[in-house]
Amino acid sequence: MSRNPGRPLSPHLTIWRWGPHMVVSILHRATGVGMALVAGLGFVWWLVAAAMGAEAYDSFYKVATSWFGYLVAIGLTWAFLQHLFSALRHFVMDVGAGYELKTNKTAAILTMAGSVIVTLLIWAPILAAVARKGAE
Amino acid sequence: MGNGTGIGRVRGLGSAKHGAMHWWRQRVTAVGNLLLATWFVVSLFRLPSLDHATVTAWIGSPLVAVPLVLLTISVFYHLRLGLQVVVEDYIHEEAGKVFFILLLNFYAIAGAALAIFSILKIAFGGVPA
Repeated sequence: MSRNPGRPLSPHLTIWRWGPHMVVSILHRATGVGMALVAGLGFVWWLVAAAMGAEAYDSFYKVATSWFGYLVAIGLTWAFLQHLFSALRHFVMDVGAGYELKTNKTAAILTMAGSVIVTLLIWAPILAAVARKGAE
Repeated sequence: MGNGTGIGRVRGLGSAKHGAMHWWRQRVTAVGNLLLATWFVVSLFRLPSLDHATVTAWIGSPLVAVPLVLLTISVFYHLRLGLQVVVEDYIHEEAGKVFFILLLNFYAIAGAALAIFSILKIAFGGVPA
Protein backbone atom coordinates (compact mmCIF):
# COMPACT_ATOMS: atom_id res chain seq x y z
CA MET A 1 0.00 0.00 0.00
CA SER A 2 1.54 3.32 -0.99
CA ARG A 3 1.40 6.41 1.21
CA ASN A 4 1.59 9.93 -0.14
CA PRO A 5 4.40 11.53 1.93
CA GLY A 6 2.98 14.98 1.17
CA ARG A 7 -0.10 14.30 3.34
CA PRO A 8 -0.08 15.35 7.01
CA LEU A 9 0.31 12.74 9.77
CA SER A 10 -1.79 12.62 12.91
CA PRO A 11 0.02 13.77 16.11
CA HIS A 12 2.45 11.09 17.24
CA LEU A 13 4.98 10.28 19.99
CA THR A 14 6.97 13.48 19.57
CA ILE A 15 3.87 15.68 19.87
CA TRP A 16 2.06 14.32 22.94
CA ARG A 17 3.25 15.02 26.46
CA TRP A 18 4.33 11.66 27.90
CA GLY A 19 2.18 10.13 30.65
CA PRO A 20 2.35 6.85 32.61
CA HIS A 21 -0.31 5.23 30.39
CA MET A 22 1.87 5.81 27.30
CA VAL A 23 4.96 4.41 29.03
CA VAL A 24 3.04 1.29 30.12
CA SER A 25 1.63 0.82 26.63
CA ILE A 26 5.05 0.91 24.98
CA LEU A 27 6.59 -1.18 27.79
CA HIS A 28 3.94 -3.83 27.15
CA ARG A 29 5.10 -4.09 23.55
CA ALA A 30 8.82 -3.85 24.35
CA THR A 31 8.67 -6.53 27.07
CA GLY A 32 6.51 -8.69 24.80
CA VAL A 33 8.98 -8.53 21.93
CA GLY A 34 11.93 -9.01 24.30
CA MET A 35 10.43 -12.11 25.91
CA ALA A 36 9.30 -13.53 22.54
CA LEU A 37 12.92 -13.56 21.40
CA VAL A 38 15.06 -14.00 24.54
CA ALA A 39 12.78 -16.14 26.72
CA GLY A 40 11.50 -18.00 23.64
CA LEU A 41 14.99 -18.99 22.49
CA GLY A 42 16.11 -19.71 26.07
CA PHE A 43 13.11 -21.98 26.68
CA VAL A 44 13.73 -23.91 23.43
CA TRP A 45 17.46 -24.18 24.16
CA TRP A 46 16.74 -25.53 27.67
CA LEU A 47 14.36 -28.23 26.37
CA VAL A 48 16.45 -29.24 23.34
CA ALA A 49 19.57 -29.48 25.53
CA ALA A 50 17.70 -31.60 28.10
CA ALA A 51 16.46 -33.91 25.32
CA MET A 52 19.93 -34.26 23.78
CA GLY A 53 21.59 -35.49 26.95
CA ALA A 54 23.60 -34.62 30.02
CA GLU A 55 26.51 -33.09 28.10
CA ALA A 56 24.39 -30.66 26.04
CA TYR A 57 22.43 -29.79 29.19
CA ASP A 58 25.67 -29.03 30.96
CA SER A 59 26.69 -26.37 28.43
CA PHE A 60 23.24 -24.75 28.77
CA TYR A 61 23.47 -24.91 32.56
CA LYS A 62 26.92 -23.27 32.60
CA VAL A 63 25.67 -20.28 30.59
CA ALA A 64 22.41 -20.06 32.55
CA THR A 65 24.20 -19.95 35.90
CA SER A 66 26.96 -17.54 34.80
CA TRP A 67 26.75 -13.85 35.79
CA PHE A 68 25.43 -13.15 32.29
CA GLY A 69 22.75 -15.82 32.70
CA TYR A 70 21.63 -14.28 36.00
CA LEU A 71 21.55 -10.81 34.39
CA VAL A 72 19.30 -12.09 31.59
CA ALA A 73 17.11 -13.97 34.08
CA ILE A 74 16.63 -10.85 36.22
CA GLY A 75 15.75 -8.82 33.11
CA LEU A 76 13.28 -11.48 31.97
CA THR A 77 11.69 -11.62 35.45
CA TRP A 78 11.03 -7.88 35.31
CA ALA A 79 9.80 -8.09 31.68
CA PHE A 80 7.48 -10.99 32.56
CA LEU A 81 6.00 -9.17 35.57
CA GLN A 82 5.59 -5.87 33.72
CA HIS A 83 3.86 -7.66 30.83
CA LEU A 84 1.73 -9.67 33.29
CA PHE A 85 0.56 -6.69 35.38
CA SER A 86 -0.04 -4.63 32.25
CA ALA A 87 -2.06 -7.54 30.82
CA LEU A 88 -4.22 -7.68 33.96
CA ARG A 89 -4.87 -3.94 33.48
CA HIS A 90 -5.81 -4.70 29.86
CA PHE A 91 -8.33 -7.33 30.99
CA VAL A 92 -10.01 -4.68 33.18
CA MET A 93 -10.08 -2.18 30.32
CA ASP A 94 -11.37 -4.87 27.93
CA VAL A 95 -14.62 -4.99 29.90
CA GLY A 96 -14.88 -1.20 29.65
CA ALA A 97 -13.72 -0.29 33.17
CA GLY A 98 -10.83 1.81 34.45
CA TYR A 99 -10.90 4.56 31.84
CA GLU A 100 -11.40 7.46 34.28
CA LEU A 101 -8.27 9.62 34.05
CA LYS A 102 -7.18 9.22 37.66
CA THR A 103 -7.92 5.46 37.85
CA ASN A 104 -6.20 4.88 34.53
CA LYS A 105 -3.08 6.78 35.57
CA THR A 106 -2.89 5.13 39.02
CA ALA A 107 -3.24 1.64 37.52
CA ALA A 108 -0.51 2.42 34.97
CA ILE A 109 1.88 3.55 37.72
CA LEU A 110 0.99 0.49 39.85
CA THR A 111 1.99 -1.93 37.08
CA MET A 112 5.46 -0.33 36.91
CA ALA A 113 5.95 -0.11 40.67
CA GLY A 114 4.68 -3.70 41.06
CA SER A 115 6.99 -5.18 38.45
CA VAL A 116 10.09 -3.58 40.01
CA ILE A 117 9.13 -4.45 43.61
CA VAL A 118 8.24 -8.10 42.89
CA THR A 119 11.43 -8.53 40.82
CA LEU A 120 13.46 -7.33 43.82
CA LEU A 121 11.48 -9.59 46.22
CA ILE A 122 12.19 -12.63 44.03
CA TRP A 123 15.85 -11.96 43.30
CA ALA A 124 17.20 -10.48 46.55
CA PRO A 125 17.06 -13.84 48.43
CA ILE A 126 18.41 -15.78 45.42
CA LEU A 127 21.35 -13.44 44.93
CA ALA A 128 22.02 -13.44 48.68
CA ALA A 129 22.15 -17.26 48.64
CA VAL A 130 24.46 -17.25 45.61
CA ALA A 131 26.74 -14.73 47.33
CA ARG A 132 26.82 -16.87 50.52
CA LYS A 133 27.75 -19.94 48.47
CA GLY A 134 30.49 -18.01 46.70
CA ALA A 135 31.92 -16.77 50.02
CA GLU A 136 32.20 -20.29 51.47
CA MET B 1 -8.11 1.95 1.22
CA GLY B 2 -10.72 -0.54 0.15
CA ASN B 3 -14.21 0.90 0.12
CA GLY B 4 -15.90 -2.46 -0.07
CA THR B 5 -16.03 -2.62 -3.85
CA GLY B 6 -15.36 -5.90 -5.63
CA ILE B 7 -12.06 -4.68 -7.10
CA GLY B 8 -10.96 -3.43 -3.64
CA ARG B 9 -11.48 -6.90 -2.21
CA VAL B 10 -9.58 -8.50 -5.09
CA ARG B 11 -6.62 -6.23 -4.33
CA GLY B 12 -6.70 -7.24 -0.67
CA LEU B 13 -7.61 -3.78 0.59
CA GLY B 14 -9.75 -3.00 3.60
CA SER B 15 -10.71 -5.33 6.42
CA ALA B 16 -10.03 -9.05 6.06
CA LYS B 17 -12.85 -9.62 8.63
CA HIS B 18 -10.42 -11.57 10.87
CA GLY B 19 -9.71 -8.80 13.37
CA ALA B 20 -12.14 -9.94 16.06
CA MET B 21 -10.79 -13.51 16.01
CA HIS B 22 -7.20 -12.22 16.29
CA TRP B 23 -8.19 -10.04 19.26
CA TRP B 24 -10.08 -12.89 20.95
CA ARG B 25 -7.32 -15.49 20.48
CA GLN B 26 -4.82 -13.01 21.90
CA ARG B 27 -6.96 -12.93 25.09
CA VAL B 28 -7.54 -16.69 25.21
CA THR B 29 -3.80 -17.40 24.93
CA ALA B 30 -3.10 -14.61 27.46
CA VAL B 31 -5.24 -16.41 30.05
CA GLY B 32 -3.58 -19.70 29.07
CA ASN B 33 -0.15 -18.12 29.57
CA LEU B 34 -1.18 -16.63 32.90
CA LEU B 35 -2.21 -20.02 34.31
CA LEU B 36 0.47 -22.20 32.69
CA ALA B 37 3.43 -19.83 33.13
CA THR B 38 2.56 -19.38 36.82
CA TRP B 39 2.44 -23.18 37.22
CA PHE B 40 5.76 -23.49 35.32
CA VAL B 41 7.69 -20.89 37.33
CA VAL B 42 6.39 -22.09 40.71
CA SER B 43 7.19 -25.71 39.78
CA LEU B 44 10.77 -24.82 38.80
CA PHE B 45 11.26 -23.10 42.16
CA ARG B 46 9.93 -26.17 43.99
CA LEU B 47 12.35 -28.58 42.30
CA PRO B 48 15.20 -29.60 44.63
CA SER B 49 17.73 -28.90 41.87
CA LEU B 50 17.78 -27.99 38.18
CA ASP B 51 20.38 -30.55 37.07
CA HIS B 52 19.80 -32.86 34.12
CA ALA B 53 18.60 -35.92 36.03
CA THR B 54 16.10 -33.94 38.13
CA VAL B 55 14.72 -31.95 35.22
CA THR B 56 14.28 -34.90 32.84
CA ALA B 57 12.66 -37.00 35.59
CA TRP B 58 10.29 -34.10 36.27
CA ILE B 59 9.37 -33.59 32.59
CA GLY B 60 8.83 -37.37 32.26
CA SER B 61 5.64 -37.24 34.33
CA PRO B 62 2.45 -36.94 32.23
CA LEU B 63 1.16 -34.26 34.59
CA VAL B 64 4.22 -32.17 33.69
CA ALA B 65 4.79 -33.06 30.03
CA VAL B 66 1.22 -32.24 28.97
CA PRO B 67 0.98 -28.80 30.66
CA LEU B 68 4.46 -28.05 29.30
CA VAL B 69 3.29 -28.84 25.74
CA LEU B 70 0.18 -26.69 26.30
CA LEU B 71 2.34 -23.85 27.66
CA THR B 72 4.52 -24.04 24.55
CA ILE B 73 1.49 -23.86 22.23
CA SER B 74 -0.13 -21.02 24.19
CA VAL B 75 3.07 -18.94 24.45
CA PHE B 76 4.19 -19.36 20.84
CA TYR B 77 0.68 -18.69 19.50
CA HIS B 78 0.43 -15.61 21.73
CA LEU B 79 3.80 -14.24 20.62
CA ARG B 80 2.94 -14.87 16.97
CA LEU B 81 -0.25 -12.82 17.34
CA GLY B 82 1.43 -10.08 19.39
CA LEU B 83 4.50 -9.61 17.22
CA GLN B 84 2.30 -9.60 14.11
CA VAL B 85 0.65 -6.41 15.39
CA VAL B 86 4.04 -4.86 16.19
CA VAL B 87 5.31 -5.63 12.66
CA GLU B 88 2.11 -4.26 11.10
CA ASP B 89 2.35 -1.05 13.14
CA TYR B 90 6.04 -0.22 12.74
CA ILE B 91 7.08 -1.59 9.34
CA HIS B 92 5.52 0.55 6.68
CA GLU B 93 6.97 -0.88 3.48
CA GLU B 94 4.85 -3.69 2.09
CA ALA B 95 7.84 -5.91 1.16
CA GLY B 96 9.41 -5.60 4.64
CA LYS B 97 6.06 -6.28 6.27
CA VAL B 98 5.56 -9.50 4.29
CA PHE B 99 9.17 -10.57 4.99
CA PHE B 100 8.93 -10.08 8.76
CA ILE B 101 5.49 -11.71 9.04
CA LEU B 102 6.91 -14.70 7.17
CA LEU B 103 9.99 -14.76 9.44
CA LEU B 104 7.73 -14.51 12.50
CA ASN B 105 5.61 -17.46 11.37
CA PHE B 106 8.71 -19.58 10.77
CA TYR B 107 10.16 -18.60 14.16
CA ALA B 108 6.96 -19.37 16.07
CA ILE B 109 6.32 -22.71 14.37
CA ALA B 110 9.97 -23.88 14.42
CA GLY B 111 10.42 -22.85 18.07
CA ALA B 112 7.23 -24.55 19.21
CA ALA B 113 8.01 -27.70 17.18
CA LEU B 114 11.52 -28.00 18.68
CA ALA B 115 10.22 -27.48 22.21
CA ILE B 116 7.31 -29.93 21.85
CA PHE B 117 9.45 -32.63 20.22
CA SER B 118 12.04 -32.29 23.00
CA ILE B 119 9.38 -32.57 25.73
CA LEU B 120 7.92 -35.68 24.12
CA LYS B 121 11.36 -37.26 23.60
CA ILE B 122 12.13 -36.79 27.30
CA ALA B 123 8.67 -38.01 28.33
CA PHE B 124 8.89 -41.13 26.16
CA GLY B 125 12.24 -41.95 27.72
CA GLY B 126 14.75 -41.68 24.91
CA VAL B 127 17.35 -39.51 26.63
CA PRO B 128 20.84 -40.89 27.37
CA ALA B 129 21.87 -39.98 30.91
